[in-house]
Amino acid sequence: MKLIFEKSVPGRGCSLLPACDVEETSLPENLRRATAPALPEMSETDISRHYTELCHNTYGVNCGFYPLGSCTMKYNPRIDEEMAALPGFTGVHPLAPAHATMGCQEVLNLTKKYLCEITGMDDMTFQPAAGAHGEFTGVLLIKQYHDARGDAKRKKIIVPDSAHGTNPATAAMCGFEVVNIASSPDGCVDLEALKAALNDETAGLMLTNPNTVGVFDENILEITHLVHEAGGLCYYDGANLNAIMGVVRPGDMGFDCIHVNLHKTFATPHGGGGPGAGAVGCKGFLAKFLPQSASMQGDGHIQVRGFAGNFLVVVKALTYLMTLGREGIPEAAQNAVLNANYLMQKIRNTFQPAFDRTCMHEFVLNLEQLKKDTGVSALDVAKSLIDYGMHPPTMYFPLIVHEALMLEPTETESKDTLDWVAEVFRKLYELAHEDPEFMRAAPHNARIGRPDEVRAARNPVLRWRNV
Amino acid sequence: MNYPVDLKYSKSHEWVKMDGDVAVIGISDFAQNALGDVVFVNLPQDGDSVSAGESFGDVESVKTVSDLISPVSGTICQVNEALLDAPEKLNQDAYGAWIMKVKNLDGEEELLDAAAYEAFCAQEG
Repeated sequence: MKLIFEKSVPGRGCSLLPACDVEETSLPENLRRATAPALPEMSETDISRHYTELCHNTYGVNCGFYPLGSCTMKYNPRIDEEMAALPGFTGVHPLAPAHATMGCQEVLNLTKKYLCEITGMDDMTFQPAAGAHGEFTGVLLIKQYHDARGDAKRKKIIVPDSAHGTNPATAAMCGFEVVNIASSPDGCVDLEALKAALNDETAGLMLTNPNTVGVFDENILEITHLVHEAGGLCYYDGANLNAIMGVVRPGDMGFDCIHVNLHKTFATPHGGGGPGAGAVGCKGFLAKFLPQSASMQGDGHIQVRGFAGNFLVVVKALTYLMTLGREGIPEAAQNAVLNANYLMQKIRNTFQPAFDRTCMHEFVLNLEQLKKDTGVSALDVAKSLIDYGMHPPTMYFPLIVHEALMLEPTETESKDTLDWVAEVFRKLYELAHEDPEFMRAAPHNARIGRPDEVRAARNPVLRWRNV
Repeated sequence: MNYPVDLKYSKSHEWVKMDGDVAVIGISDFAQNALGDVVFVNLPQDGDSVSAGESFGDVESVKTVSDLISPVSGTICQVNEALLDAPEKLNQDAYGAWIMKVKNLDGEEELLDAAAYEAFCAQEG
C-alpha cells in the first residue's frame, strides 16, 4: 500500500477554519520558516480510508490469538482507554499549579499505593517511559547506593544466561561489567555458579522470576540472601509479573528494587512503540535516590524523564487495578498460569516442552527433534501459524533452548480458543511430517511472507526515501 | 557438515589451526549452520590478550547473538577485519574465514580432534 505522503495531493485538505475575526499579525521574520512543512494534504475521506487500510494490514489482540511469549499480549479493557481519554486527564499541563491538578496527583498516589502493595516495595516513581528505561533507572539506584557508601569496588552485575537481552544491556549502559552465569538444567539459577560469581566486586543481581522459561525459581530466598550476604543488591525485572501479581511479592522474595511494565501487565496496548511506563519501585533505604518530579531538586536525585512520565498510562493502570480489585488481580495471574499449563498439556502430545514441569504464565517448546526428523524449524512452524490467523509465538528465545517457541496465552483467552490453538498445533505437527516443503514456504495466505531479514540487517534502509 | 582433520575444535564450536607457534581461530561449519546467516561480528583489537574459555567478541545472526569463546590464551597478533564488512564469509567458508591469530600461547581449553568433535556435534543435534 502507499504511504500517506504518496497519497498527498497539493491543495487538498479537510480543515474548515472559521473566518478570522481579529486583526491578522505575523511572527517576526527570524521566527518564520522559509518553506511550508512537508505534511500530507488529504481529504477526510482519504485519510479515513488510509488508516482503515493500515488497520486491515496489522494484527493485534483485537484480531485474534497472540501468544507472543514474554510479551503478555493480553486484552486491554476499553474502560481503561475511556478513563485515560477524560478531558481532566488529557487537558492537564505538567506546569499547572498543584491546586489545579489534585485529581492527577490522586491518580499517581493511589497507583503508587496499590503497586507498592502488589510488589512489596515502599516507594515508586512513574518517570521511566518503558521497561528497559525502568531497568536503567533501577540499576542506577543500585549504583547510587554503592556510590553513596563510597563502595567504589562494586563494578559487576550478575545476569543469568536466560535473561532478557535488555538486562545485560542495562547493566552495561549503567557502567557495570556484566557477569553471565549459566542456568541449571531446569532453567533456574545455578546456586553454585552464583556463589562462584559473588564477591566484594558484586554490585547486584538482575533476575526475572518466574524466569524466561516460565519457571518459578524456588530457590529465590536463598538467591537473594546470597547476594545480600556478598554486599550486593537484588533487582527484579518485572517482565513476568503477570504470573504472580497479587499472589507473591518480589519485595518478600528479597528484592530491593523492581520495575513494572505498566503497559504490559496493567493494560495499555503495547508493542507499537509506546507510550509505555516502566514504574520503578524500591525498598525504603533506596527511596532517597528515586527520581521523583523534574521540578524537585535534591542531592543524589536522578531524573530520567520530564515530570511524572507518561501519565495517561498510569491512569490506565489505575483503572485496571480498580476494575479488577483485590480479588481480581490475583485471579488474573492464576488464570494466566492455568491457561499456559492447559495449553502446554494439550500440545505436549506432539511438540515437546523444553522443561517438562508445571509452568507459570508461559512455556517453551523445543523443536530440535522435529527439525532433525523433518527439517521443519521453529521459524517454519511460526510462519505456518500465520496462515491460521494466529500471531506466531516468540521464536529462538530464550537462547538456552535451541529451536525454541515460547507461548504465553495470557488470562484473557477462553478454553475454546486454547482448544482451537492446540488443534492447529496438532495439524502442523502432522503436516511437518507429511509435507515439510509446504511448511518451509509458509505463510501462503499472508500479505508479506518471508521478509529478507539478512538483507534488512546487513543493509538497512532506514529512510522512506532520500529527501 | 564439514570437519577438517587438520584442525582442533573447542566445545564452544571454535576451530584452531596451528601455524608454527601461532594459533589461527575461527568458528566451525556446525557453528555457522546453527547460527544461520551472520549479519554482524564484533572483533577484538590487534594486541589484546585473550584467555582460554573467555569471550573475545561476538557474532550476530538473524536468530541470535553469540559470544565467541577463545580456545587459547595468548596475545592477538592479527584480526581478520575483512569480516566486519563481509560477515557472510563466516557462512560461506567457515574454515577459510579465520577470525583472529594468537601468539605467545600459554594455555588452551580442552580441544577435540575432528572425529571427537563430530561426535560431540552429533550429540548436540
